[in-house]
Amino acid sequence: MLSIRHISKTFYPGTANAKTALDDLSLEVAQGDFISIIGANGAGKSTLFNAICGTFLTDSGAILLDGQDITLLPEHKRAFHIGRLFQDPLRGTAPGMTIEENLALAAGHGGWISTVSKADKKLFREKLSLLGMDLENRMRQPVGLLSGGQRQALTLMMATIDPPKLLLLDEHTAALDPAAAEKVLELTEKIVAQQHLTCLMITHNMASALALGNRTVMMDRGRILFDVSGQERRDLTVPDLLERFRASSGRALDNDRMLLGTDA
Amino acid sequence: MPFSVFVDLGQTALELGLISSLTVLALFLSYSMLNVCDLSTDGCFTLGATVGAVVALSGHPYLAIGAAMGAGILSGCTTAVLQTKLGVDSLLSGIIVNTGLYSVNIAVMGGASLLNMNKTETVFTKMAALLQGTPFARQSKLAVALIAVLAVSVFLALFLRTRLGLAIRATGNNPDMVRSSSINPAFTTIVGLCVANAFTGLSGCLLAQAQKSVNIDIGTGMVTIALASLLIGNTFAGKGRNIPLRLAGAVLGAVIFRLVYMVALRFHMPAFMLKLVSSVIVIIAIAGPYLKSRFPVLRRRLVHRSGKEAR
Repeated sequence: MLSIRHISKTFYPGTANAKTALDDLSLEVAQGDFISIIGANGAGKSTLFNAICGTFLTDSGAILLDGQDITLLPEHKRAFHIGRLFQDPLRGTAPGMTIEENLALAAGHGGWISTVSKADKKLFREKLSLLGMDLENRMRQPVGLLSGGQRQALTLMMATIDPPKLLLLDEHTAALDPAAAEKVLELTEKIVAQQHLTCLMITHNMASALALGNRTVMMDRGRILFDVSGQERRDLTVPDLLERFRASSGRALDNDRMLLGTDA
Repeated sequence: MPFSVFVDLGQTALELGLISSLTVLALFLSYSMLNVCDLSTDGCFTLGATVGAVVALSGHPYLAIGAAMGAGILSGCTTAVLQTKLGVDSLLSGIIVNTGLYSVNIAVMGGASLLNMNKTETVFTKMAALLQGTPFARQSKLAVALIAVLAVSVFLALFLRTRLGLAIRATGNNPDMVRSSSINPAFTTIVGLCVANAFTGLSGCLLAQAQKSVNIDIGTGMVTIALASLLIGNTFAGKGRNIPLRLAGAVLGAVIFRLVYMVALRFHMPAFMLKLVSSVIVIIAIAGPYLKSRFPVLRRRLVHRSGKEAR
């Protein structure tokens, strides 16, 4: 499904600030994989997502999505096939436009001069009612009036209204209050399972990294430290993870939020 | 002063207001929707006037309208490409195009800075001929202006409901979200500025033909005047999501601006004050809400410094 082959990215090359964010990284993702990605601060997790989405071009290597070489494709063209949620719930929606208008843009049905049809509205209502947040009765309200949790849930709905080939979740519940985070995570699981989405999720919560999905990848210094799945992963505990990190990298894990143990 | 003088003045204000409201509608699209302050408006307005005049002078009154709008599209496209594809800052690209258009406009007029259309056939003379003998004979200018404003308003109201229109609104609201909806914000910015500047060009073309002459300064200060009208309109129609209401507000703002200006002229305000007045209106309309939001902070400071509050 997604094939990342030896990609590298160095920011500010040739200066004192040069930072190798991705270092000859390769990753094969199978159809239907749900991979949780963990790692220390600055390990390159978000950079990996940016490389997949085309926020910047990688310095070397290739990225293939479903057999298509997307290495040089501009960001908005990759967005046809890739849905992405950010930590900041404000990034995925246009606050001055209504819920309906936001969904209409995300759904992308029809041509440039088409308007929102009755069938579209019906579809939006159905989809929104799945969120269980009563948003289906607020379709004509601007998104700016919604809470962070509601906006993130809406963004999730927008990203998956046309099932993408790949869904990228970049700590998408980290900025929400615990109740909202739990709700959004629950919706994520439901939607990913229903649509059989291939999904990569960055999280700083070790417990949910092991609980959710079928694979866990640990990143460090722009490389993949280890990649576990199957029975090996089922037997793994959080202390095991920390121990394996120490063993592989030769130092202790220093993700402040992980160590502080904030949940979700 | 006889009553008919007031009616005449009112009608002139209405005509001028409606014609300049086309520029206000253009700014509604670029400034309010796309969130781009298009400083090429002055030059584009003049470009529409000069191109329209030259084509009309060559004997094509209807083609003049299309040519002026086409010229506006070219100008808007240039501004948009500079800021989306060539890395020029948004404000700067407007200023650069505006400066360049000064030369273009004189070149269009064949090296002159003034063209006279006293005996030229235009859409206004066509309309006057059409209405001759009817009770509306004296409202021919008004009729042309009204048709243009209605056509542009209806077009914008419908356009902003389409997927492309929504994408343009979202570009001004959250470009990240546009990109993640598989739409290139550079594309929506280019389309938005092209459409907006077509209307600016139309506005300039109609003003020149209504006053039967065009000079190189016809568009000077238009961006501020139009912005003032737009902000006056906002106080009536608000900044809500009802697009037709806001379009009507923009047109109303332009007419009110001209009416107030007319009245001020009757009270012996010199005509050259127009631009200062429009500047002050824009300053008040933008700084007013800002200062209002700062007021609690200022009051808190005063109370704290005066030592009157309990410590």
